[in-house]
Amino acid sequence: MRVSLFVTCYNDTLFPETGRAVVSLLERLGVEVEFLSRQTCCGQMHANTGFRGEAFSQAKRLVRLYQDAETVVIPSSSCVAMIRDQYPGLMEELGNEEQRKQFAALLPRVYELTEFLVEKLGVEDVGAYFPHRVTYHASCHALRGLHAGDRPVRLLKKVRGLELAPLENLDRCCGFGGTFSVKNGEVSSAMLAVKLLDVLETGAEFCTALDNSCLMHLSGAMHRQYAGMRTIHIAQILASTQEQPAEVSP
Amino acid sequence: MSAPGGQLDDRAILDPAHAPPFPAAALTVLRDPQLRKNVAHATDVIQAKRALLVAEKTDWQELRSAASRIKEEALDHLGAYLKQFEERCTAAGGTVHWAADAAEARRIILEILREEKAEEVIKIKTMTSAEIQLNPFLEAAGIRAHETDLAEIILQLGKGEPSHIVVPALHVNRSQVREVFARRMGIEDLSDDPQALTAAARGFLRRKFLTVPMAISGANFLIAETGAVVVVESEGNGRMCLTLPRTLITLAGIEKVLPRFADLEVMLQLLARSATGERMNPYTSLWTGVRADDGPQRFHVVLLDNGRSSILARRTGRQTLKCIRCAACMNACPVYRQTGGHAYGSVYPGPIGAILTPQLEQMQHAQSLPYASSLCGACYEVCPVKINIPEVLLELRARVTDQERRQARRIFDPLYIGLRVANLLFSRAWLFHAAQWAGRIGLRFFTGKDGWIHRLPGVGAKWTQTRDLRGLPRQTFHAWWTGRRQAIGNRH
Repeated sequence: MRVSLFVTCYNDTLFPETGRAVVSLLERLGVEVEFLSRQTCCGQMHANTGFRGEAFSQAKRLVRLYQDAETVVIPSSSCVAMIRDQYPGLMEELGNEEQRKQFAALLPRVYELTEFLVEKLGVEDVGAYFPHRVTYHASCHALRGLHAGDRPVRLLKKVRGLELAPLENLDRCCGFGGTFSVKNGEVSSAMLAVKLLDVLETGAEFCTALDNSCLMHLSGAMHRQYAGMRTIHIAQILASTQEQPAEVSP
Repeated sequence: MSAPGGQLDDRAILDPAHAPPFPAAALTVLRDPQLRKNVAHATDVIQAKRALLVAEKTDWQELRSAASRIKEEALDHLGAYLKQFEERCTAAGGTVHWAADAAEARRIILEILREEKAEEVIKIKTMTSAEIQLNPFLEAAGIRAHETDLAEIILQLGKGEPSHIVVPALHVNRSQVREVFARRMGIEDLSDDPQALTAAARGFLRRKFLTVPMAISGANFLIAETGAVVVVESEGNGRMCLTLPRTLITLAGIEKVLPRFADLEVMLQLLARSATGERMNPYTSLWTGVRADDGPQRFHVVLLDNGRSSILARRTGRQTLKCIRCAACMNACPVYRQTGGHAYGSVYPGPIGAILTPQLEQMQHAQSLPYASSLCGACYEVCPVKINIPEVLLELRARVTDQERRQARRIFDPLYIGLRVANLLFSRAWLFHAAQWAGRIGLRFFTGKDGWIHRLPGVGAKWTQTRDLRGLPRQTFHAWWTGRRQAIGNRH
């Protein structure tokens, strides 16, 4: 099988280790990975801030770029939710017939990483080894956007050495929300403070999620507060083996 | 917390035309531990009760779909159903008035009260009257309006403002209630025992119920098929208001109409569970027109538009009018849970307020409200009539952006500059890659020895005021990929 990796703009810029982990994980599972270097952004930041025209121009660019891809894999639930929930409206309002057709053809071939592993490849045990206590934060887009349910947890439970620490109030937002985190910086921080209480209560070494955006928010506070917990994208845990342990940022 | 002079709080401004923007209004609340505790506790309790009762309904999702369809049908033929309601209500002895806006509604109500030579009026369950700012208007015309819902009494006597649409005094705790009652009712030795507080309110209210012959109510539903009006409540004070007075005026938004009596079967199940976490609300009052020798002998309904028909004309926004005012969205909202209701500067707070208020204001005020959400989707998940609140928030954000981007002062707004530049960068990969490179050089200046950024200027300061940011890594993913491919190519 051959997949095209849409790594997302912020993973490309801020979290390249997540992209590298996706490549090593998929190749280990016998999947051929390609990467189109012309990729940039899905348009979520613009769409969520009210810049619909700009969001549409990025949407049509992405759809055109991947029109020949067999399968597109994205290590971010919020970017996948953007494509599934917001592209239809943008295409309807601003697109032409051809763009709508192109999008309709692409949509069923777009997968979030854990969705691809479980639903498309049919694996839950990816042969990973990560000997740490880990808690799973269900990002809002994974939970309510993609209805990921316990799929990520099922994958984590099969990781050797990993001890899963359940998180209270799993359905509660961390307060990131893209530009919300600066437009309503104080309220966002208050939400983060409340979330962090639950996360730290787990006593885990790592907090993981399907999205580096929430993790960037959580780790920003953990680092500021010397909280003694780190964050790690789920791809890095699933890619981790005894021979090649996960790349962990400081 | 109670300030001298009988005020529960620095009086919140719930008039969208004068309220401060959401982020500024939220600041004062965030520094108030008592208020945040009250709000978190109250919403936790209601949410837990709701969750239990929703879980026991095996057909909850089907009920939601049914309710959504009923409301859509009512909105699709709103004019016809309202006319039918008017016809049936009139035939049963009621009088129906149509008010295009708040001023007209206030005038109609005042005329009725003047005709009745009223000096006082009792009120129940009418948030819509707060929307049209009826109380101060009547006060200025020499008519005293007395709220009779327990929470509304607390707020009226304490000169506070509602912060929740089902539990308006949710931000007040009982020692604050005791203080207000003791002072305003003149009961010096009042304890803060809930029973004692309720008894005090009861004594206070009974005198009003037995002496004031005029009442104003809101409506939960209007039934087109029969001309009936429905009010649901928990205390029975509503039942008193609806049955004891000589004359009753019901003020209702035009979106309150349901096609059929049988639709209540769906709506009442959803409303009680969603609003208060009860299988059935304690008091459901239904009446049709007037009946000789029983209940009010004169009955008026004022049907209020006040911006609603303009919402009806919007493709995405019209679903806002499906709302049955259960407040499940605010109980579930992580933003509301931190700020409470006053920060929204409207009688309609929380996620529903964030989409309803700017639309009722025809996008002239409350433009900060569509941004008062992290788009987490919890509101949509709990909404009993399936209003896709995040979708409407996004539509409203787009409308606000379209307004703002034409304003001269936005030319220098860092967020606008940033988003415009970002759009350009995302349009060409080479520009994006160049920006990543430039960003890495630029941010080096702000990156500490530990590889993290602790302080940023401008918009970034809003991030770093409470959060660090990991410095940019030496190599982007695409650069790593290119290098790897070259290495593989060289080996072959």
